[in-house]
Amino acid sequence: MDLPGWQVLRTELKPLGLEIVTVGLEMGGPAVLRPYIADAGAQHPSLVDESHVMDSLFGVTNIPEAIWIDEDGMIVRVRDVAVPPPVMRPNADGEPELYGLGGRYGFSVDAAANRLRDWAAKGAGSEFALSPERVIERSQPRPMEVSLAAAHFELAQHLWKAEGFSDATLRHFAEAHVLQPDNITYKRQAYSQYSVARLGRDEGNRFRQSPEAGEAWPFVSDFTADSARIRDEREAQKRET
Amino acid sequence: MILDHLDISADEFSAGTGWEVKPEGACRGDVCVPLGDGFDLRRTAERLRMALVRDDDAGVWALGPDTVSGKALASAVAPELVLPDIDGQPFHLSSLRGQKVAIVCWAPY
Repeated sequence: MDLPGWQVLRTELKPLGLEIVTVGLEMGGPAVLRPYIADAGAQHPSLVDESHVMDSLFGVTNIPEAIWIDEDGMIVRVRDVAVPPPVMRPNADGEPELYGLGGRYGFSVDAAANRLRDWAAKGAGSEFALSPERVIERSQPRPMEVSLAAAHFELAQHLWKAEGFSDATLRHFAEAHVLQPDNITYKRQAYSQYSVARLGRDEGNRFRQSPEAGEAWPFVSDFTADSARIRDEREAQKRET
Repeated sequence: MILDHLDISADEFSAGTGWEVKPEGACRGDVCVPLGDGFDLRRTAERLRMALVRDDDAGVWALGPDTVSGKALASAVAPELVLPDIDGQPFHLSSLRGQKVAIVCWAPY
């Protein structure tokens, strides 16, 4: 989890006129988010996005992802892979240990933080702050399928709140996943809450997002398969370039 | 945006989608799309190329985001973002105007 790292970076950059606002994307609402925010001692605004409006408004499709907005309210960067530096925390044996995504799973330790430091120092002169044309160009493609996916995802969440994982809820999640297969937030939101429903309300179960061997699974994909596909695509891109 | 019925006002549409209905049409940031006479949800959704999906059993519709530019952002002007903070108080992104802001999306999944 990255919230402790964001709080540390916020303390560093706030005096330079840069505020950090975290947005937790979670249909389970504040009760699910609160322990993480409290644990980080977050002093910046910590917002709750129960219906993934960040996907609709800014084209967010994965986490962690940042959007930069300048002093005049112009978006100057989207789709920034936002992993803050890890912080030191005691492990189970009381030994200090690096905590956070930075430096793991192929993420850089401090690239995202250094981009923000550069922008805080140089403003519009930063190479990472983009022109309006480049911001629009860099934002995610949005064919009609993406709008349809958003509508089905919202229906799925609406029904989940009323009736849990009914056939209708699962049907709308499946529609969203097929219509916008690259939207990882739509998938992992469904997988994680389904795993809490099937395995019990234990925090670790949120992250068990694939079926056990031989277990029935109601979605067209799962986290293990999605991760393997993304890895294969990255490898293929590397071979081509 | 979830809808129990399609007979909504221009103000409700604006609050739910971020598109403001003005005499020159539906506008967001520096982009305006002409609407013709008056406000009608179905016609506006068509003009802005928004999906409108019905679930018959639940008796509700869902309105998807616009696809007018073929990109997630039709304009680089930040839309107003209003979300509750962790204590349930509405937070307006525009309240931070004058500062640089990094909005960081995360999730417990």
